[in-house]
Amino acid sequence: MTVLLETRAVVKQFGEFRAVDRVDFRVEEGEVLALIGSNGAGKTTLVNLISGLLRPDAGQIVFRGADVTTQSVHERIAAGIARSFQLVNLFDQLSALDNVALAIFSRQGKTRKLWALAEADRPVWQEAIEILATFRMDGKATVPAGGLSQGERKLLDVAIAYALRPRLLFLDEPTSGVSTREKAPIMDTISAVVRSERISAAIIEHDMDVVFSYSDRIVAMHQGAILADGTPDEIRRDERVLTTLIGTPETR
Amino acid sequence: MTTAALALEHRSPVRTLGWAIPALVILVALPWVADQYQTILLAYGLIMGIAALGFNLLLGYTGLLSFGHSAYFGVGAYSVALMVKYLDVTSMELFLAGAVVACVLVTAVFGFACVRYTRIFFGILTMALSQVLWSLAFKFFWVTGGTDGLRVPTPTLLGVLTGAGDKIEFLATAYYYYVLAIFAVCVAVMWVIVNSPFGRALQAIRDNEVRAAFVGIQIRKYRWVAFLVSGVFTGLAGALWVPLNGLTTPDIMHWTFSGEIVFMTVLGGFRSFTGPVIGAIVFNYLKTYAVGYTVYWQLLLGVVLVILVVSLPTGIVGTFERLWTRWRSR
Repeated sequence: MTVLLETRAVVKQFGEFRAVDRVDFRVEEGEVLALIGSNGAGKTTLVNLISGLLRPDAGQIVFRGADVTTQSVHERIAAGIARSFQLVNLFDQLSALDNVALAIFSRQGKTRKLWALAEADRPVWQEAIEILATFRMDGKATVPAGGLSQGERKLLDVAIAYALRPRLLFLDEPTSGVSTREKAPIMDTISAVVRSERISAAIIEHDMDVVFSYSDRIVAMHQGAILADGTPDEIRRDERVLTTLIGTPETR
Repeated sequence: MTTAALALEHRSPVRTLGWAIPALVILVALPWVADQYQTILLAYGLIMGIAALGFNLLLGYTGLLSFGHSAYFGVGAYSVALMVKYLDVTSMELFLAGAVVACVLVTAVFGFACVRYTRIFFGILTMALSQVLWSLAFKFFWVTGGTDGLRVPTPTLLGVLTGAGDKIEFLATAYYYYVLAIFAVCVAVMWVIVNSPFGRALQAIRDNEVRAAFVGIQIRKYRWVAFLVSGVFTGLAGALWVPLNGLTTPDIMHWTFSGEIVFMTVLGGFRSFTGPVIGAIVFNYLKTYAVGYTVYWQLLLGVVLVILVVSLPTGIVGTFERLWTRWRSR
């Protein structure tokens, strides 16, 4: 396997608090990776650093062999890094279809066009419909994003990121805030998409059932540093992970 | 066909032409029906409509409330007046070209400063910058005429039509149609812009700035372009307004005039494309008759604004659309 993304000793400091402390993190080509850890462990901060929402105070971020540490968000997206958000971030007044179509327009560099009708661009709308269908959302195409259920909003958030055709997709808690019953279908859908297209995915997740059943590799973080890194089986047996994150079999 | 594909068929933006053509026919026919005074009054309304249309690209589509659009209206008006004073220009086409160039320069600089901020900070900064221009127009009387303003004679339209004969006749016919033609072009151009992929990107920025950045949109750059287009539309309105008014004074640069542009847009409804235009025309009548009726006209308009915000937050067009949908679904 080849390394797609690598962080080298990245640091992010918020005042006195070191949220990410010299982390060496990597994502391989085509793998589905789970990032676990208790609240405040630095998972989301790490994703924010890699996706460009935050700038690291030290260290380096290398994506497909190029240093992207100082690149802006849109440059990283063009390079192939996309993300979804823990608290769903959608264009609430636009329909589900418009939400996805906007990402396609942006990817194709068409949002610079003032003198063209968006509706007239048939291939874009066709692709948007296909993407919604991939995420089983085509029945809700015309519903404003603000009017969708929480589970649908979570999926649409991922669909927008997917519409950017990324090489690496970060999913920040794709099943948080949805009912237990909805979790498996959401993860099945996402997993089918990223696996069939060999998109590398890094998923931040708290639900250990989800983590163990959907990921190839698990990285556990604790207090801003990486605690453990291994296959689901290795992590399941890892004493440090068990005591700090998961809890002993009795307390589970 | 899937439900999604079917839904797509029903929202072709060309359907909107259904109301545009009848509206244009009425506006073309009006000078034959209405008297000269009413026609000129409507010309003022159409001009304000262009200004409000430009303003609403920022408020309704990008989510930025500018309190300084009087500045761009004023730049348009004063560039015409200064072209008359210093260059002896009489061609309306040159006036419009000059006003557009001046507005591009001013909005490019002002916009560069303003788009770094949003919400109240954006509003305050636009207002402060417009007040700078107002005080320049006010103080540099040897250039701008100070509070006396600058006179602007009737221009030559298309190189042939002049107001040499009856000025009122000229304004109520030739100039009215000239304004109407430019109004129609402005509406069409703005309509394409808001329905373009760029227009979609602006709405995305309005709805969710962070997410817009994370689909790859360069927020500040797009806001800046929107600012530029918005200011140029309003400046064009200023340039059309001067010959009709015959005089430009610093009043149109004052922030209270920016407030009027906000007022007319909210009156018509900033959530719809046609709202600002309808609002501008209605406001123009409202103000004209209120001023003629009472010296306390500002009080009257204030009461209208309060009633509006409390009972019709979606404005005239938004309320009409709601009633229309309700009536059709019965």
